[in-house]
Amino acid sequence: MTQPASTGQNVRHLELGLSDEQAIDMYATMVTARKFDERMLLLQRAGKINFHVSGVGQEVAQVAAAYALDRDTDYYLPYYRDYGFVLAVGMTLRDLLLSVFAKAEDPNSGGRQMPGHFGSKKLRIVTGSSPVTTQVPHAVGIALAAKMKKNPLVSFVTFGEGSSNQGDFHEGCNFAGVHKLPVIFMCENNQYAISVPIHKQLAAKVSDRALGYGFPGFQVDGNDALEVFRVVKEARERAIAGDGPTLIEALMYRISPHSTSDNDLAYRTKEEVDLNRAKDGIPKYKQYLIDSGIWTEELDAELHTKIRKLLDDATEYGDKAPFPTPESTMLHVYADDAEQGGKG
Amino acid sequence: MAVIEYIDAIRKAMKEEMDRDEDVFVLGEDVGIKGGVFTTTKGLQEQFGEDRVLDTPLAESAIAGVAIGAAMYGMKPIAEMQYSDFMFPATNQIISEAAKIRYRSNNDWTCPLVIRAPIGGGIFGGLYHSQCPESVFFGTPGLKIVAPYRPYDAKGLLKAAVRDPDPVLYFENKKCYKLITGEVPDDDYIVPIGKANVLREGDDITVISYSMPLHFVEQAAADLESEGISAHILDLRTLQPLDKEGILEAVRKTGKVLIIHEDNKTGGVGAEVSAIIAEELLYELDAPIMRLCGPDVPAMPINPPGEKFFLLNKEKVKEAMRQLALY
Repeated sequence: MTQPASTGQNVRHLELGLSDEQAIDMYATMVTARKFDERMLLLQRAGKINFHVSGVGQEVAQVAAAYALDRDTDYYLPYYRDYGFVLAVGMTLRDLLLSVFAKAEDPNSGGRQMPGHFGSKKLRIVTGSSPVTTQVPHAVGIALAAKMKKNPLVSFVTFGEGSSNQGDFHEGCNFAGVHKLPVIFMCENNQYAISVPIHKQLAAKVSDRALGYGFPGFQVDGNDALEVFRVVKEARERAIAGDGPTLIEALMYRISPHSTSDNDLAYRTKEEVDLNRAKDGIPKYKQYLIDSGIWTEELDAELHTKIRKLLDDATEYGDKAPFPTPESTMLHVYADDAEQGGKG
Repeated sequence: MAVIEYIDAIRKAMKEEMDRDEDVFVLGEDVGIKGGVFTTTKGLQEQFGEDRVLDTPLAESAIAGVAIGAAMYGMKPIAEMQYSDFMFPATNQIISEAAKIRYRSNNDWTCPLVIRAPIGGGIFGGLYHSQCPESVFFGTPGLKIVAPYRPYDAKGLLKAAVRDPDPVLYFENKKCYKLITGEVPDDDYIVPIGKANVLREGDDITVISYSMPLHFVEQAAADLESEGISAHILDLRTLQPLDKEGILEAVRKTGKVLIIHEDNKTGGVGAEVSAIIAEELLYELDAPIMRLCGPDVPAMPINPPGEKFFLLNKEKVKEAMRQLALY
C-alpha cells in the first residue's frame, strides 16, 4: 500500500521528532492494543479464558510514552494494564496470547502468572507482581545501577493513581530525587481504583507530589498522543542529561470495568462512561493523522483487517500451544535446583 | 591464622568481595560515613567511595526494593537493615518480590541480592531492637537464609551469599559482634550455603542450634563433660535450605536431640527441624524431641529481669541438656 506524505499543514509530529511512519506506527499499535483487549473480553465471555484485566482508554498514553523512550536501551516497568506499552516495546500478540492462555511458551512467565504481569529480559521489560507499586523502587534501583555503571539509559515505570498512595511509590520517588536518578514515573490516572473514585483516593494532584521529592511533575492529557510523547521525551532528555527524575500524571479514563470479574455499573453510571468514551484518544489521533494527510479511511480498513488476522493467528497459536508440564511447577525456585530437575 | 571478632569477619567479607567484584556495593541507613550503628561497615566508604557504600534515605522498603532493582540489572547489592526489627516494612519486597523473581519469570530474571540484618537480644534493646525474625521469612521458597555463629562462618557465609545467584538473608547476631572471636583465614574462602557444621563431637545427646545460643551450648557442654555427659553439637549455619542430611546424621549419633533457638518456639525453625527428625528417624530416638526456645511473647522487654527471663543463658541450656541426657 502507498502512504500519502504529510501535507505540511499539520506537522506537529514532525516538529516533535516523529517521522510520518513512526506517527502511523504509534496509531497502529494503539489500535492493536484496543483490538487485543476487545478480543480478550470476547474470549472470556465465551469461556475460553478465565480472566481479563482491561486497558481500554489507556492505550494512547501508553503507546505514546513508549515511542518517546529509547527502545534499544531503556528499561521498562509496566503495570498490569499496559498492553499498549508492551506491544510498543516489542512484545507480540502471540506473546500476549500465550500469556492469556497460560502456556509454556509464554515469554512473560512460562504460564505461571496472571495475564498483564509482564516480563521479558530480552525486551528489558522487568518482571512484575500483583501487589501494586512494588515496581517503583525496582525502577529506581535499575536507574541507580545504570548510573553506577555509567550506562546512559532511563528506567520508565508506570502505575495507577490508586497505587500512587502506596508507600513504595513515595519511598521510590524520594530515593530517586535524592540521588537524581534517570527515572520517569508515569501515573496512568484512570480515575478509579477498582470501584473507588479518584476523590476518595486523592485530595490533590498526583503530579504535585513531585515538589516534595525535588523534581518536576506534570499533568498531561492522556488522550493526547503527541502531548504525552512530548512530555515523556522531555523527561527522558532531562534524565539523560543528569537532571534527575520526572513525575508525569497522564489523565485518562478507564472505559472498561476493572476486570472481567467486575460490574462497574454498581458504582458508576453508563452516562459517565459514555461521556468519557466520547473523549477516547484513539479516534482523535486517527483524525489528526487524516488531517495531516498521511492516513485515510482505506488505510484504516486495511489496518483493521491486518490486526484481525494477527489476532486470529495469535489466538489460535495461544490456544493450541501446550501447557507447561505439571512437574515444571518445581523448576526455577533457585538457580541450582537441579536436584528437582531444574536447570543446573 | 588471626583471631578476630565476629563483626570484623563480617566487615572483612564485605571488603574482600568489594575488592574482588566492582558490581558489589553496600546500601543502607548510616552505612557510609558513620560506618553503621554497630561499625559493621566502618572504613568501607573511605576505601570504596560514596557510590559503593551508599547512605540511603530512612525507608526500608526502598532499601530492599532499590537493591532488588539493582540486582535485576546485574549488580550484587548488599542491603543492610539496621536492625532486623526494622526489616518488616521491607517484607513485601522480600517475600513478594525478591523471593519470586526467578520463579515468576520462568528463570528469565534473577535477583542476586544479600540482605544483612542484625538479630537477637541481650543489649537492652527492648521489643524493637531485639527480635529474631527468621521464622517470618523461613518457609518462603526462593529465599536462602543463613545465620552464622563463628567468625569463620560469618565471613565465609557472607562471601558465599554475595556470590550466590539468588537472594540470601544474612542474619548476623548483634550480641556475637564483639563477644564471639575465632580464627579466620586471611585468604579467600567460602562456607557453602546449605551445610551444617559439627561444632563438637559427642555420644550422649545431640544439640542442634544456630547463632548466639551456640555460645551457651558450647559452655554448657564443657561443664557437662565433667558430669560425664558428652554432647554432640550441630551448628545449622544455614536455615534455608536446611541441611537435612546433616541434621539426621547428628541425631543418629546419639538418639537424643535438643533443638535450641532464641526466636520464639511456636512456628520457629526448630519446629521444622523437629518435623524432619520425626518424619525420618522416629524409631531411632531414645527420647522425645526437646526444644528450648524464646517464650511465645511478642518480643523481649527492656527491663533487666524481663530481658534475662526471656533470653537463653548457659544455665538454662545446661539444665535442658542434662534433662535430656537423664531421660
